[in-house]
Amino acid sequence: MPTLTVNGRRQVVAAEPETPLLYVLRDELGLDGAKFGCGLGQCGACTVEVEGRAVLSCLTPVGVLEGRAVTTVEGLGTPEHPGPLQAAFIAENAAQCGYCIAGMVMRAHALLRAVPHPSEAEIREALRFNLCRCGTHMRILAAVRRAAGHDPAATGATP
Amino acid sequence: MTALTRRTLLVGGALLVGIGLPRGARADALPGSLKEAPRIDAWIRIGEDGAVTVLTGKAELGQGIKTALIQVAAEELGLEPASLRLVTADTELTPDEGYTAGSHSMQDSATAIRHAAAAARALLAAAAGRRLGAAPETLTVSGGAVTAPDGRRIGFGELAAALEPDAAVPDAVQLRDPADHTIVGRPLPRVDIPAKVAGGAAYVQDIRAPGMVHARIVRPPRPGARLVSVETGAVAGRPGVIRVHRDGDFLAVLAEREYAAVTAMGALARVAVWQGGSPVPEPDDLFPDLAGRSAQRTLILDRGAGTPAPAGRRIAARYRRRYQMHGSIGPSCAVAEFDGDRLTVWSHAQGMFPLRKALAEMLGLPEAQVRCIHVEGSGCYGHNGADDAAGDAALLARALPGRPVRAQYTREQEHLWEPYGAAMLTEAAAVLGADGRIADWDYAVRSPTHLTRPPGAGQLLSARMLDKPFPAPPPKALPQPEGGGDRNAIPLYRLPRARVAHDFVADMPLRVSALRSLGAYMNVFSIESFLDELAEAAGTDPVAFRLAHLDDPRARAVIEAASGRFGWGTPLAKGSGAGFAFARYKNLAAYCALAVEVAVERESGRVRLVRAHAAVDAGEVVNPHGIRDQIEGGIIQAMSWSLFEAVAHDAEGPTSRDWSTYPIARFPDVPDRLDVHLIDRPGSPFLGAGEVAQGPTAAALANAIRQAAGVRLRELPMRPELVKAAIGV
Repeated sequence: MPTLTVNGRRQVVAAEPETPLLYVLRDELGLDGAKFGCGLGQCGACTVEVEGRAVLSCLTPVGVLEGRAVTTVEGLGTPEHPGPLQAAFIAENAAQCGYCIAGMVMRAHALLRAVPHPSEAEIREALRFNLCRCGTHMRILAAVRRAAGHDPAATGATP
Repeated sequence: MTALTRRTLLVGGALLVGIGLPRGARADALPGSLKEAPRIDAWIRIGEDGAVTVLTGKAELGQGIKTALIQVAAEELGLEPASLRLVTADTELTPDEGYTAGSHSMQDSATAIRHAAAAARALLAAAAGRRLGAAPETLTVSGGAVTAPDGRRIGFGELAAALEPDAAVPDAVQLRDPADHTIVGRPLPRVDIPAKVAGGAAYVQDIRAPGMVHARIVRPPRPGARLVSVETGAVAGRPGVIRVHRDGDFLAVLAEREYAAVTAMGALARVAVWQGGSPVPEPDDLFPDLAGRSAQRTLILDRGAGTPAPAGRRIAARYRRRYQMHGSIGPSCAVAEFDGDRLTVWSHAQGMFPLRKALAEMLGLPEAQVRCIHVEGSGCYGHNGADDAAGDAALLARALPGRPVRAQYTREQEHLWEPYGAAMLTEAAAVLGADGRIADWDYAVRSPTHLTRPPGAGQLLSARMLDKPFPAPPPKALPQPEGGGDRNAIPLYRLPRARVAHDFVADMPLRVSALRSLGAYMNVFSIESFLDELAEAAGTDPVAFRLAHLDDPRARAVIEAASGRFGWGTPLAKGSGAGFAFARYKNLAAYCALAVEVAVERESGRVRLVRAHAAVDAGEVVNPHGIRDQIEGGIIQAMSWSLFEAVAHDAEGPTSRDWSTYPIARFPDVPDRLDVHLIDRPGSPFLGAGEVAQGPTAAALANAIRQAAGVRLRELPMRPELVKAAIGV
């Protein structure tokens, strides 16, 4: 049985090694932040971090994650005590239905870890793997800029 | 939930009954959804502990309605928004407000809640006044208490007992003066976002009920195919599989763990043998096919019929739109539990009461034994797979009484089986008079239905596939003034002579239903593209041409604001173009004018929306960020529809099975700048804004492409191959 480290906690999971991480997170560990969107690696709703890199949990078998650190959106904060990036999303109203948002937060988190002050083009390029259907893109971009310490006045969106 | 307690109040030892609320108020005179539910306690309940609960029959679909409704109630009751509890659409608890659709939530529900809250405030003040021996108008209702000028105060909880449970909202209610508003009109942060960014329980997909089982459905390989045979033994025997369920052509598997259900579904699909199917026109035949089907014509406008046909230059154009999909990011899901007697369903569908009717009919249960509770799902933008998933969960829950069943669609199932936005055709013709104005107008829109939602059981996909099937009810056209395929087919412009016809096509080669803005998207695209064609023929600036045909000052105001903020008329770089469009949604909801700049790559045909400036008048603004986000989202979504999206299909059915075969806009495609300017009208009725941007976006893009590349595109979507073909590269 695989052993995973999720949000800093080591956990033995009962799932078969070929089970995609997403189902283990949601169904076994009770972490519902990562969402099922396509199961095909096309939409990014299931994005989590593995060793600091954005990974599509719907395609990643838990068997390959033995001994590697997985971070989900729950690892960044709680609704009551959101982390800085989550607080930026709240401050910018960066969700409509919000189904894609946990994936967006994790993709942005991985970006900011690698590139603390990304350019506009770098943010858009990083987020291109994640789909949003409500058209919340301008708010999400503003949230990532805010988290990166950019001047909110220069967001290019309506204040 | 604490209900309003029975109206009894002891004053000076006497039991008083009958606190002076007008009885028998004429419900039809009441605003919003009060017409259907005139009682105060249908909307506002005050508990003995002073806690205030707001009830709405509308649902949060991601449009921010929870936040706005709380603001409206908090304002009238003088409460902190955070202190209010809100219950949304639930057949056992809330008023029946039909569907959450048509940009109606604010005008229906917020209006009702505002008046009910104001009426509750008046009752509280009256009750407190009697206790304090003070005139109610001298009292302040704020902070959960009623306070006298001398500082004596009584909490809401103590007064709750004085409020009668069946009091109706009176005809005339004193609302708070908009000038005194401290909560309405402010950008209160969305109440639902913290849970959504931090993994809190937010969606029906996240429900984990004790004993819950996971279901997956196996759909036919094409619409109309019948299940000839399926050898279920091997699948039913897989570890973790509870059972395979078959009823006619409805095939599903139930498992203890979700991933076991996923793999069992794959195994089941491999052993299912299907036959037949309903034919679909080839993509090349789509428009001739639609044009050739029989239609029922309704003349929805016939103005100036007695006047002679004017002389002038006649201009005509035809427009067309391919099938497009809702494309929710989260495939539909529902949870249902049947205890042998009562069925409870948790669903993200848009109408809990119509859904209850459909489920009761399908299962042969009295409606009173079915409860439907709305829980958020992924944004739907209309009638997606949500109702179907609720139907599937209900069928499977009946098959497995005592255990909650969670039915979750796959990406492919959502893409292939959701009811699409209809393919449509329009024809416009006009005569330009010698004065350069429109002297005559002819317009026809040809469309299938835009509404195949429940309450009919036959509107649930799986109900049609059962051994004893429920056939789909005959498609219906939605009547004016809101309309369906003909929504927004009547221009708001001043036209001395005009005929507008709706050609309703009952056939539906592909299943269709409501997609955000229904026919308005296509009609506004057509009318606003054609307006530009006429302005060009008249040698007039398109914004000036529109203003020359508009009397409504609010329409003129949004056009002037959008064009002014955009810097309309300022020359743009080569390869770039500006485009303008305007609409008032349904000709009776919000106004929206939109100016856009696009860049067209001639070699690739690729169009990029560079910036957009919208001006919107949605009446009184409750939450400016809520409306802004609806407009921003509408523009980006409609940009995606208009530049990228068409359902691919062949003669066997749809082939857009995922995001690679149905591409939508991604981050590099969204504009550099998106500016939304709101014109607030405090004290004016709420005008729904959720769908108003869809049509103007399509037309503004087409008009900007015309200016940027010199070509006029009359088909949606305006994909690169269409742009290239028009340019001739």
